[in-house]
Amino acid sequence: MVTARGVGKEFPGGIRALDTVDLSVERGQFVAIVGPSGCGKSTFLRLVAGLDSHTEGELLIDGATPSEAHRRRRDLAYVFQDATLLPWRSVRNNVALPLELRQQTDEARIDDVLETVGLADFADAQPAQLSGGMRMRVSIARALATNPGLLLLDEPFGALDEITRQHLNEELLRLWERDHWTGIFITHNVYEAAFLADRVLVMSARPGRIVADIPVPFAHPRDEGLRHQSAFVKLAREISQQLGQAHP
Amino acid sequence: MKARLLHLLEQVGPPLFAFALFGLSWHALVEIFAIPPYLLPGPPRVAAAVSMHATRLLDATLLTAMGALSGFVLSFAFGFCVALLFSQSRMIERGLYPYAIFLQTVPIVAIAPLIVLWIGYGLQGVVAVSFIISLFPIIANTTAGLTQVDPRLLDLFALNNASRWQVLFKLRVPNAVPHMLTGARISSGLSVIGAIVGEFFAGYGTDDFGLGYLIIQTSGQAKTDYLFACILFCTLLGLIIFSAVGLASNLLLRRWGGAN
Repeated sequence: MVTARGVGKEFPGGIRALDTVDLSVERGQFVAIVGPSGCGKSTFLRLVAGLDSHTEGELLIDGATPSEAHRRRRDLAYVFQDATLLPWRSVRNNVALPLELRQQTDEARIDDVLETVGLADFADAQPAQLSGGMRMRVSIARALATNPGLLLLDEPFGALDEITRQHLNEELLRLWERDHWTGIFITHNVYEAAFLADRVLVMSARPGRIVADIPVPFAHPRDEGLRHQSAFVKLAREISQQLGQAHP
Repeated sequence: MKARLLHLLEQVGPPLFAFALFGLSWHALVEIFAIPPYLLPGPPRVAAAVSMHATRLLDATLLTAMGALSGFVLSFAFGFCVALLFSQSRMIERGLYPYAIFLQTVPIVAIAPLIVLWIGYGLQGVVAVSFIISLFPIIANTTAGLTQVDPRLLDLFALNNASRWQVLFKLRVPNAVPHMLTGARISSGLSVIGAIVGEFFAGYGTDDFGLGYLIIQTSGQAKTDYLFACILFCTLLGLIIFSAVGLASNLLLRRWGGAN
């Protein structure tokens, strides 16, 4: 579904954010990209989203350039590092925003996604009344509102405490196991990557390149117990080692 | 109920106490140094002037309030439109913003006679001066609110293929609400000053005049106690308008952003 061949990105002023990134993500696959801070992984996600354009190589989404693909199908949702909610809108109206911008209304769908992320009782609350974890749930509900085929997540749980992060990891996994959207998940937490993804791609320090592509063999549905299995711990260590080599 | 009363007392108590202290010192000063009333009348004389001219003062205050409020409402509406224009084009903003600053820096007393000359004597001249002096804070704050939008929210709208109008009315304008209210608070105080300065020059018909005209008249006739009464009413008017706008903006902000 997403194919990158030699994708590079140089910002005006000569700062190279990405160097020849090669990867391909199949439909329905959940891929995690791990890398040190500032390695360009968020930049790559912005390229896939069509928010920025690459300066070298070829990046295709279902055979079209990112901006073309999104204009045509509007099939993509993006979850930011922070919840990025509109503070003047209630939870429900935040979740409804993407539909509203498409001039659609689907109250049943909004009820459904609010239920899915466990916020049905907070539909009328304002973002300022919610905790960080709940705000992030709203953000995920908003991304799911349009039933996207491609979900891009840019370190969505990076600002949350460990317990909340693990809860949300599991909730996100339940959602993926139910709907099987294509997911690209950016993180610098190797445990999170190994727990969620089918494949973990390791990116080098800036300018970013994919230096390892590690398959995650654990069957679905996965649950909290997985985190304590020796195979899981071993895999996480392997990813860490690759990350260490990529970031001397 | 009791807690609310206590809260109110905490709010109103200190300024009332300061006011009483100020009045007493003023009175003592006048009495001890035997200052002649045409220079500085004591509080009892001012109070007597207030009660003697109560109807005239109230009428004048109402008229000035009308001028100030009209100027304020006009500046809010016009300033909002100018800010909308600025937010849509960097070129227009760059081209015109320096002239908007002119509104802020030009001494209003210097141009008020010109405005009155062009617009005409009477209420319209007063409104015009009040409008000009209260315009800049609205333009500056609203423009800031419309343009200083979280870039990730702009990304979110772009990802959903939002049109320019959707970005403007669903993102930029709501984002500007707190800034607009800050501008409105500053402007509301200025609009009263503008109306009074306007009345210095625009005046009114013989029986129909605002506080500004009354100030010119009483100072010309050395009725210092009456002048003090006028100043007192000016202050009260400013206080009332400023508090009303502040109250309204607090209510709006609570609805805008929830708990905080």
